[in-house]
Amino acid sequence: MTSRVIEIDNPKTGEVVEAVYEHPFIVRLCHWVNAVSLFVMVGSGLQIFRAFPSFGAKIPQKDLIHWPKALAIGGWLGGALQWHLTFMWIYIGSGLLYLGYQTFSGNYKQVLFVPRDIPGVWPMVRHYFFFGPKPPTREAYNPLQKHAYTSAIILGILSVLTGFAVWKPVQFSWLAWMMGGFHYARIWHFIIMWAILAFLFGHLVMVVLHGWNNFVSMLTGWKKDPQYTSK
Amino acid sequence: MTSRIDSRKFNRINRRELLKLTPVIALGAFAIPALQTPLLKAGLGFSDWASAKLFRSGHLAFTFDDSQLTPFSKFPINDYDVDDPGVDLDNWNLSVGGAVGKAGNYSLAQLQALPKFTQNTRHVCVEGWDAIGNFGGARLSHFLKMIAADLTARFISVECADDYYESLDMATALHPQTLLCYEMYGQPLTREHGAPVRLQIPTKVGYKQAKYLTSLKVTNVLTRVGYWEDQGYSEYYSL
Repeated sequence: MTSRVIEIDNPKTGEVVEAVYEHPFIVRLCHWVNAVSLFVMVGSGLQIFRAFPSFGAKIPQKDLIHWPKALAIGGWLGGALQWHLTFMWIYIGSGLLYLGYQTFSGNYKQVLFVPRDIPGVWPMVRHYFFFGPKPPTREAYNPLQKHAYTSAIILGILSVLTGFAVWKPVQFSWLAWMMGGFHYARIWHFIIMWAILAFLFGHLVMVVLHGWNNFVSMLTGWKKDPQYTSK
Repeated sequence: MTSRIDSRKFNRINRRELLKLTPVIALGAFAIPALQTPLLKAGLGFSDWASAKLFRSGHLAFTFDDSQLTPFSKFPINDYDVDDPGVDLDNWNLSVGGAVGKAGNYSLAQLQALPKFTQNTRHVCVEGWDAIGNFGGARLSHFLKMIAADLTARFISVECADDYYESLDMATALHPQTLLCYEMYGQPLTREHGAPVRLQIPTKVGYKQAKYLTSLKVTNVLTRVGYWEDQGYSEYYSL
């Protein structure tokens, strides 16, 4: 899919700036709906975790960590479950809409990490973390971004699958079995959440570092002065 | 050939694209106190509806080897009031009523006369812990036939010696692994574990599996669902 490139002419200053349409409406809608749902899922999930903050036996109970109530959503186990079992549908719905749209529109090519992207990862890592030179920008997402976003999508899918195994270990018994049964599915669900939060931290740092024009592109779809032009 | 537009038109395009995202604001309804309760109730209700659709009568919960059992001394006991409500075991009976042909009081001996099934299944608590236990008892489906229950009725409701109460959808009540359990690990139920009879339902969450049963009713109407459900927990909560 070719990105739409336009030139913007400021009549007052005479300045001409390029802009590219990077993010279709459905992608932006799903991004923000999913962001809100993820916030609620993590918050309520942590309140659920507080009810039994351990992955060992009940007797004797050895808590892994005491997560503060103030950093959780729901107030109590019953409330947290209401949030979690309500927002899971919004989280899943926006995820499926995103995946379906990306696949059927062909727009997935912008974000999907493929073998061709592998050589480009290290130069980006070196630039971000080890003062390496800035590799030329050729497309909307550089190889490291594609890697991060593709991983995040996979983690999102795993958060749903592990969640289903915890929610219905009998009806989804084959899914739970693949994870080692209910007890281990609950552990995987917890681990996947932390992996998603690690991605989220990196994502937010990068968004802040890459400036206003870049951020706005996830609101309006258009990125001014993109420093690359897609054919 | 790249098209060129002036910046005012670009700003209008941007504003329009931004306005397209207003549906996201709809999620803010959950933050409004007056709307929050009905929205969450609807959400939980939808989850319960989906759970009922996913339930398969023929699908069995995993059973385990004896080597995988949680040791009896480490099998947790949960209650909401007391562990032992002081049931008079010598004079106990199960009071049966509702849409049944043979209402009345049933003794433990009558339950024990029905075929006994034992199973090593996983008990999952809503809190998040689980334990694998050995349970023995009569199938609830056999008991329902014994009392000539109307099997087209929607619910079974039970009451307990500690004022706990629960209910069960008929499909789960008829599931082969749903037991009127009177034994654990080959021994009669101890008082703390629900003597003399409890529900044991490997296809449901722990709080549905009421202990120290005193009465059982077959009904189409529930005036109350269950101790925890009536405080906001899921009504259907199947595993």
